Formats: sequence, structure tokens, C-alpha cells
Amino acid sequence: MSQTLFEKIWDDHVIADLGDGAYLIHIDRHFLHEYSGAVSLKELDRCGRTVRNPQLTFGTLDHVLETLPGRGMTTRMPGGDNFLREFSSRIVPHKIRFFNLSDPRQGIVHVIAPELGIALPGMTFICGDSHTCTVGAVGAFAWGVGSSESEHALATQTIIQTKPKNMRVNLQGAPAPGVYAKDLILALIGRYGAAGGTGHAVEFAGAAVRSMSMAARLTLCNMAVEFGGRTGLVAPDEITFAYLKDREFSPRGRVWDDALHYWRSLVSDPGAHYDAELTLDCSALAPQITWGTSPEHVVGIDSVVPDPSRTANAVARASQERALAYAELEPGKPLIGLPISGAFIGSCTNSRIEDLRAAAIILRGRKVAPRVTAICVPGSTTVKREAEAEGLDHIFIDAGFQWRESGCSLCMSGATGGESFSTRARVIASTNRNFEDRQGPHVRSHLASPATVAASAIAGCISDPRRLEKLQ
Amino acid sequence: MKPFVKVTGIGAPLMLNNIDTDQITPGHQIMKVQKTGFGSGLFYNWRYLADGSENPDFVLNQTPFRDARFLLTGANFGCGSSREWSAWALRDFGIRAVIAPSFGAIFASNCYMNGMVPIMLDEAVVTTIAAEITPDHADMTADLENRVIISPNGNRHPIHIPAIQRERLLEGLDAIDATRKREPLIAAFQKRDAAKRPWVYAV
Repeated sequence: MSQTLFEKIWDDHVIADLGDGAYLIHIDRHFLHEYSGAVSLKELDRCGRTVRNPQLTFGTLDHVLETLPGRGMTTRMPGGDNFLREFSSRIVPHKIRFFNLSDPRQGIVHVIAPELGIALPGMTFICGDSHTCTVGAVGAFAWGVGSSESEHALATQTIIQTKPKNMRVNLQGAPAPGVYAKDLILALIGRYGAAGGTGHAVEFAGAAVRSMSMAARLTLCNMAVEFGGRTGLVAPDEITFAYLKDREFSPRGRVWDDALHYWRSLVSDPGAHYDAELTLDCSALAPQITWGTSPEHVVGIDSVVPDPSRTANAVARASQERALAYAELEPGKPLIGLPISGAFIGSCTNSRIEDLRAAAIILRGRKVAPRVTAICVPGSTTVKREAEAEGLDHIFIDAGFQWRESGCSLCMSGATGGESFSTRARVIASTNRNFEDRQGPHVRSHLASPATVAASAIAGCISDPRRLEKLQ
Repeated sequence: MKPFVKVTGIGAPLMLNNIDTDQITPGHQIMKVQKTGFGSGLFYNWRYLADGSENPDFVLNQTPFRDARFLLTGANFGCGSSREWSAWALRDFGIRAVIAPSFGAIFASNCYMNGMVPIMLDEAVVTTIAAEITPDHADMTADLENRVIISPNGNRHPIHIPAIQRERLLEGLDAIDATRKREPLIAAFQKRDAAKRPWVYAV
């Protein structure tokens, strides 16, 4: 019988059918970070439980750890020190591999998991973090869980899951220059809504995906959760295999060959049934920019702020009106030219070396506009070193960007009372969430690709990257 | 975990779509390595004004909704961050079930792990129940044994909760203890799987 990629992975991990659509699923890889992981480990210890398979479990610091140069195991995030201390002290006795502050492999979970070959095709992969779906890009079933579910997986190496439905998103056509994976996923969420993928495992397919680099596929899958999907995934292919070969935790030698043989079977069969199938023509898209407080509040950068009075559904209209009031924007006005005071390049969405290169093309020889605080936070220590070897750090610094250590930084810390953009600031960010107060008190965040963030930082206002890219 | 059999109480309408877990529990209200004590931080940025006083316009600051046991809300409730603090804060506030057309998947799982029920009903049904509610007409019931919601007007709406979650909720069972009883199955799976996919285990 024809199966989808997702069904093949699912079937290979079912330990028990618990009835009524729920299953006991084996977890191949479990990543912990100091934020949700501190609670999981503390509760596990309190109950006197042990980690069933420590060799399948990994830990790093990213959420609470600061990204300022010279950082240590303390943070200005009120209460944050407890997370760093509890996590670091509790993870070690359980014999879990831990990429700590001084480890050159430290970084954002979703950046380092593929970078180190920890997330591999066909695996189940969980972490107490909603953007765990990122690593579905290697052809894995990867999804975020809560602290209690993480604890469940530590103790049993399993999770109870209801089987999601199958969705295929066909990304057709070649995106125009200046249009990136970030723009494609934002456009998809804009068209079908932040709950467009709810209840589904979302497989990204089509010509635009097949020609994408791993970094771009990781960006695409990263925001599957912003689309409501249980997970996002891409069938592994030669691009995937070339990316994973010789990574630290990838198999080697004959085992690599055996793995490769298995991985090549991880494609949807012809005639496989999808419960939903969507198509997006990527060739017609402009760079995207969000205007409101949900990733679904997004338009092409050359468009205007939409008018909620055209929305028939009363709850949807009320939600849009609330977002417009928060953003202090008027329907019908253009987004381009809106002054900004902050620009952020980083996060699990867009902090890989390709993202930094795309921004550097625009920043080279230019200066960030006066009164714009511009920050670049590489996604991992490895990415940071690679960027420095290429001289990208000088391009960012010469342009007026802060060049930071790796971590979640202002995608996460702004809401915690830690480091944030200033109150009521309007900022542009390569992150994934434009939620109210996410990046600081009443901060208005506009989500975009790293190229759009860089172009806007230079202009001092929301700006179309295609204008500057053409000048190169 | 507190069992959930049949709960009757106040239903509070908060009819907006895409209410994310950053709004349910803002970051600055959850910076504690613990699982309880977060009720006062629930919806903090919406519930309190800049000077720390209650926002009288917010539904959970109004009588009788400050004693709500049910929250009725729009699509995709609990989307965003996986933070389980959102489930803990709702529970600590006294909410036993959230009723919405759809949920963020991780939030829904977090509810089950903490004795709360994410009840998914058609958008039209949620809107209808929310419209029935007035301050002196807000009592509703969730009956897990009979799989039904009873609205303030007495209308009965069938609900579906996966059997394994329903049984655990009815008895208040710990999920880890329940799964550990299946340890022989887990061990047998790993043995079989290690022969097929040795690279998963040899790390």
C-alpha cells in the first residue's frame, strides 16, 4: 500500500496502539535546554526517576544564557540564574551529553541538532521547545513537547501521541531574487492562516523545495508550528545526505552505507494519500513582512496594511482590530517606509551561515541608519566561527551591527524582563513570532527574511531588499 | 493529578483567535523552576494595567468570571511557545477546561498532562455557547463520563477526548507510571529496532 513519508516514519516508531487514534511512540533523539529542561530534570529527580536512555539524550544552553560577549553563567533575566544552575547541575549526573557554556558545539538546539548530525532522516526527535519541527527538514518526525512530556520521555524513551493527518504543501516555481525560504513560509501562513496546518504533519514538496539548501529547508520547517502543523518535514535527498555526511554524530563507514540505504526509502510513494494538499506558486511572491501580532498577519512588502472591516468572521475581525491597535497602524497605509529603531538577525529561524551571508551581501560597505539598534546573533558557536573565518563579522560590525555569541537572545529574552528592545520600539526581526510583548514591553515586531532585515536596518525604515541587492 | 469526572462552573468568554502562550503566561511571570504557583501571572499583560492594578475591561477581572472554571475562546488557542507554564497558570487560576475550535498541539498535550481538558468544538458551536453567557447566566458543565458539554441554556454538545487521555483524566493517573507498565514492550521494540537501525542506538 502506498504510504506518505510521514506514515513510513510513524509506522517504524509505534510501540503500542493505545486505541482511539493514540499510540505509544519511540523517541530516537531527545534534546534538552535550560529553560523547559530545568523543570523536567528537577521533577524527574524529585520523583527519584532515572533517564532510561541517556545516550539518546542531549543538552545545551540557549534560551536563558546571555549572548553578550564575555558572558558567564549569570544573566540579567530575573530568575534566569536558577535555570542555568539547576539545569547544568542536574544534567551531568544523568550522563547526558551536554554542550555547556565553554563547549564549541554550544548553540540553539534547532541549529546544532542537524549541524552535529544528531537529527537524522527517519528519526523521531523531540525537545521541550515548539520550534523542534525545524529539524524535520532532514526528513525526521520532529516536534515540540512540554516539560512533563519531556520528563515522560526521559523516564520511558516514549511519548503518547495521536496520529496526525497528512498534508502536502507543494511549493512550485522558482522564487525571484530577494525572495527566500522565510518569505515562502510566511506567504503560506498568510494565505491559509496560523491554524492552516492544525492536526497535520506537513510535508513540504515541489520544485522550490527540491532545489533548496538544507539551511533554507530548516527555515521552512521551523515555521511549520506557526502554521499550526504538528511537524513539518522534507523528504531526504542527495542535498540532505551531503549535508549530514561526516557530521560528528552521523553514522560512519559501513553503518553510514546501511543508513543511507534505509534513508533512500523515506519518500512518499506514488499515489500516497494526503488528507489535504495545498499549492503555492513561489515565482509570483514578493519578500514578505508581517504587520500585526500573529505570523498570519503578513503581506508582500510592497502591499498596504489590510482593512479588517473586510473580514466577515466577527472573531477574526476582532483579532485583527486588536492587532492593528497594538501595532499602531492604519489600514491602507504602505509598510515600506515605516520607521524602525531595532533590527535583529538571529533565532532558530534564520541564524545559519547562509542567512548571515545573505544579510552581509546587503550590509557590505553600508552603514546602519542612525538611531537603529542592530544586533546579529549567530545560531551556534560553530556558525559564529565559520562566519568569522569568512570575515562576515567585520561586515556586520563595520555596518554598525552588534556581533554576539550564539543563543536565542532577543527572540526570547525580551518578554522575560531580561535584555529587550526599548518599550514601544518598532523593530524588524528575522525571528518567527511577532506576538504582543514578545521582544520587549509593547514592542512591535515585524518578521522578515535576513535580507529584508538588513536592508531595513540600512534604510532606518521597512525597506525592500531587492532595491539594494540590485545595486551589488 | 486531580481527576476530572464532571465539573460544573462559570464559563468565561475570551473570543479572540490565535491567543498565544506568550499572552497566557508572559515570560516575566514564569521564570521559576517549578510547576505550581503561576495563577497570579495568568494573562498578566492583559489582566493588569501598567500601574499593577486590575484592568476592569478584562473578562477574568469581572464578576462572576474571576471564578471561571471554563474558558471559551477562538481558534488556535495556546499556539506559540511550548511553555507548560500556560497550562499550570490556567490550572492554578482554577480553569478545568478550555473550549475552542482548535488548539496549539503542544498546549493541548500540556493540558492533558495536568488534569485539564482541551475541548475542541465547531467554531459555530463555540460562538453560540459564548453568546449564551451573561454575568448572571454563565454556569456550564463538562461531563467526561458521558462525553458531553452542557451550555448555560442547557444545550448538550457531544465532545471527543481520545480514550487513553479520558481514562487518565477520569482517574487522575500519572502518565509516567502508566507507561512504565509497558516497559517490556519498549524493551522489545528497541531490541528489534536496533537490528534494523543500529545507527540510532550506537551513539
